[in-house]
Amino acid sequence: MRTGSNSIPSSGGMSRVDGRLKVTGAAKYSAEYEVKGLTYGVLVGSTIAKGTIKSIDIKRAERAPGVLAVITHLNSPKVPGYQSATNTPKGQIRIFYDNKVVYNGQPIALVIANTFERALYAASLVTAQYNNGEHQTRLTDNLQAAFSPKDDNEYKRGDPDAWRSAPVKVEQEYLLPSEVHNPMEMHAIIARWDAEDKITVWDKTQGVKDTQTNIALTFKIPTENVQVNSRFVGGAFGNALQVWPHEIAALIGAKVVKRPVKLVLSRTDMFTSVGYRPHTWQKIAIGATADGKLVGINHHAVGQTSAYEDFAEAPADVSRQLYACANVATSNKIASLDIGSPVWMRGPGYATGCFALESALDELSYQLNIDPIELRMRNYTDVDPESGKAFSGKFLNDAYKLGADDIGWSNRSSKPGSLTKDGWLVGYGMAGGVFVADREPATVRATFTDGGKLIMQTAVSDIGPGTATAMVALAADTLGITAENIRFDMGDSSLPPAPQQGGSTIMSSVGSAVFLACKQLMEKFKALGDSSDYAQLLKQNKLPKLEVLIDSKAGTEVDKYAMYSWSVHYVVVHVHPVTGVVKMEKVTCVADSGRIISPKTARSQIIGGAIMGIGMALMEEAVIDHRYGRLMNANLGDYHVPVNADIPQINALFVNKADTNINPIGAKGMGEIALIGMAGAVANAVYNATGIRVRDLPITPDKMLGALPHVA
Amino acid sequence: MKQFQYSRPATQQAVIDAINKPGAKIIAGGTNLVDLMKRGVTAPDKLIDINHLPLKNIAPVKGGLHIGALALNSVVSENKLVVAQQPLLSMALKAGASPQLRNMATVGGNILQRTRCAYFYDTTMPCNKREPGSGCGAIGGYNRMHAIFGASDKCIAVHPSDMCVALVALDATVIVQSKKGTRRIPFADFHRLPGEHPDLDNNLAAGELILGVEIPDNNFAKNSYYLKIRDRQSYAFALVSVAASLELEGNTIKNARLAMGGVAHKPWRLVEAEKALIGKPVSAETFNIAAQIAIQGAKTYGGNDFKLKLAPATITEALKHASGLV
Ligand SMILES: Cc1cc2nc3c(=O)[nH]c(=O)nc-3n(C[C@H](O)[C@H](O)[C@H](O)COP(=O)(O)OP(=O)(O)OC[C@H]3O[C@@H](n4cnc5c(N)ncnc54)[C@H](O)[C@@H]3O)c2cc1C
Repeated sequence: MRTGSNSIPSSGGMSRVDGRLKVTGAAKYSAEYEVKGLTYGVLVGSTIAKGTIKSIDIKRAERAPGVLAVITHLNSPKVPGYQSATNTPKGQIRIFYDNKVVYNGQPIALVIANTFERALYAASLVTAQYNNGEHQTRLTDNLQAAFSPKDDNEYKRGDPDAWRSAPVKVEQEYLLPSEVHNPMEMHAIIARWDAEDKITVWDKTQGVKDTQTNIALTFKIPTENVQVNSRFVGGAFGNALQVWPHEIAALIGAKVVKRPVKLVLSRTDMFTSVGYRPHTWQKIAIGATADGKLVGINHHAVGQTSAYEDFAEAPADVSRQLYACANVATSNKIASLDIGSPVWMRGPGYATGCFALESALDELSYQLNIDPIELRMRNYTDVDPESGKAFSGKFLNDAYKLGADDIGWSNRSSKPGSLTKDGWLVGYGMAGGVFVADREPATVRATFTDGGKLIMQTAVSDIGPGTATAMVALAADTLGITAENIRFDMGDSSLPPAPQQGGSTIMSSVGSAVFLACKQLMEKFKALGDSSDYAQLLKQNKLPKLEVLIDSKAGTEVDKYAMYSWSVHYVVVHVHPVTGVVKMEKVTCVADSGRIISPKTARSQIIGGAIMGIGMALMEEAVIDHRYGRLMNANLGDYHVPVNADIPQINALFVNKADTNINPIGAKGMGEIALIGMAGAVANAVYNATGIRVRDLPITPDKMLGALPHVA
Repeated sequence: MKQFQYSRPATQQAVIDAINKPGAKIIAGGTNLVDLMKRGVTAPDKLIDINHLPLKNIAPVKGGLHIGALALNSVVSENKLVVAQQPLLSMALKAGASPQLRNMATVGGNILQRTRCAYFYDTTMPCNKREPGSGCGAIGGYNRMHAIFGASDKCIAVHPSDMCVALVALDATVIVQSKKGTRRIPFADFHRLPGEHPDLDNNLAAGELILGVEIPDNNFAKNSYYLKIRDRQSYAFALVSVAASLELEGNTIKNARLAMGGVAHKPWRLVEAEKALIGKPVSAETFNIAAQIAIQGAKTYGGNDFKLKLAPATITEALKHASGLV
């Protein structure tokens, strides 16, 4: 096992085991399978936000060349799982179930044809008449109507009003717009009925087992009769964590035309119908003593959700836990709007909450005239202030120092607008991030053959972080064999169960199972003889293979410890003093996520998160025209994500100290913390450069104009 | 997408004949037209491919430089004559789109590219440009990118081109051919303001083929700058862009050209601001005065109010760069 040191070389570690497949196009994604008799589906979206479908004209579409079926609520076969839900559940919309329209862009028809182009054309011929209802789509008009979701998490400790009487105070509101995941690969499914009660799908999903269960429940067939294949996933960030209506639509369609149906969402559908990070309003009030000890924090959040699902994040929860503070009150409410449902997006809740909390802390640091890092150190805690439990492993103070050195924090000026370079204002900013470190049950089957090959199998997905690579690296390290002799099978629901790839849990969950499986193999080999040439041992014992099946899950340590991963982002920005343009100059991100198993993919993960954070800070915003309740920039030309020119040098550093209390490998997730905190760091740097505090993301040039400091 | 025919008439004359038929449309790089077809905004019956016509030349002509309509944006931006004699054009082209798009996009197509207004693109929304009489969705709606000059109550869309901002500043001429022969249209008169007919982007008549543009020789090569302010560092349309060219005599401005993009239904030449520059010394003060004159008469629509500040700031900054002040 590699031991604790942050000197991970930037080029070190294994390259991706599937890298070659991916860059040569040999890796097959869900839409790319050739399935006999394939047909093609295209969805038609509603053009109103709320109301009912008065009539829908499908005649022209049905008569168009190559069309096999046009499915609407009027002719759709009944979906058994939909029928049992008698009173409208707050959850997924039931596609083609009734004439209700609950958001603009909601699928109201599916056209199936013998080519994609024909389906697309026919879809353009479907027209609907509506009875319009009165819609509400603006969060800030509906804050008063916000309510606590079922798993209500209003929280108080100490005196919630303590901040008010503190000598130094910050009380501010922060706004985050809706952000859309937009992975490169669009959602895609090929749906096939193999028999009356048997289904095979090739589907983009972050969890083949969950997709399997959900499809089985929806169509009321035995779970084992559903085969889900999802070998490669071209990014997801959370939007493939659940079965969406379009997946059910493809299965309905395949039933109707009695042939397999391929349904690939358009980029516009990706904006409207598979979730997004919810637009969220937050209010933070912090009080501190003159020497920077936090007296009290209030943090209240209202996020938007749809009219049909109580989707709730918990942005305010970061304020319970990140700093030592005796008096804390938090609440997470939601407001129902006539829009599509949000869903988890990288760093859900925490990314939103940390933007507000870490901005507010920065504001406080200027009022106190205390360096932002020093302020955080003064409120550092080694026990979870909420539960009183010790952290399983926390080395965030190391991370602060590593990052500060790397970014050159000592060059920062504590006076906003006072540092310039080549006619641009220069600003330094930092912000922390935190995310729960969960370990879910996972099962791994490991087979060692007398040919010296190790095959590991589990039904996990790899949406991009390099899960297979990390597992192979871990097994190679543990068994002392070369990576070339190891195969990792996944993305197939017939394999042993694994959790969804979400919430940064896979390294801890599946990694632990892989490690334990290797250890058990080693023990069995030991019983066979005293040699590390395992293939030889098997041959000597005339065994073709050795196989173990490991069920691994968290134990009683979860009662003893509070478990989190941490990160800190440092950035340098340049701001143009006349035009207000913000340019990223440098980023350093330090992760405190236990032992680093796979340095190269870990580094990629951090860099990707930082880039996503640049988007969050400077450009991403899904815009609704509230008169129509319709998204106006649902395409990648108008909805901006960072391009190469926006991305500076990004240094990824790791504390790389094992968390010895959380699991046998000492590693924790880092997918979320790679992003969480980044937007706050940028906003704080922009303030440091200019004295302009932007509390509503994104920080576009228009928000910078008017108050820019003069540069001689 | 509706089914359509595709043809590639062998000669220029055959192209002219073909585009005179109803429902026919020229395709060059296709980077704008195909998008519009996919979104259902345009649905031609026949595409007339002109990419094989000999209209790619970039060559000096008497008193100026000729650039063929099919010269690629990437090629023009790197061309030695353009870089040496008309650097403003090179800079404007490089500020547009992405390298991949510039490798497909042609000069003719760039001139005729249509607005990026979200209401124009979304066929479920009102738009007088796409569907005359249906209303303007952008007024009272999402109009961050929209016009501050020359708009009408029918349309507040902007012309999205960067290249055209440079061409209008440089007094270019568009050369077109039809059955009736060739004619020359001054660049400033090529595009239209929306008025009562926002469905008409420009004054090109039906059945006319753009052959190329001509830029008259000038003395601006040393002091030209194109500054584009956008929501990310590359691959985004202009919030505001400024083309600035100066001819200096010592510290005095002898001649000046100024135009803005992202502010009007056509590339917006700033003649009054130019007058305020000529004869004045190179100084921040001179530039500020010109910038204030430039935005006189501006009208905003809520989402684009910030352009009242951004436009003069960008003008001043572009002039500083052009003059060597920064
Ligand atoms: C994502 C994206 C971002 C972009 N960003 C920018 C940007 O930042 N700045 C910018 O300036 N542009 C930008 N563009 C637009 C790009 O510059 C234009 O799409 C391109 O210049 C059009 O050229 P084309 O040859 O592809 O035209 P086409 O799409 O082939 O044609 C456009 C129109 O011109 C007509 N046409 C073409 N040639 C002739 C001719 N010789 N005579 C008569 N009619 C003709 C066609 O019939 C059609 O109506 C962007 C485009 C995209 C897709």
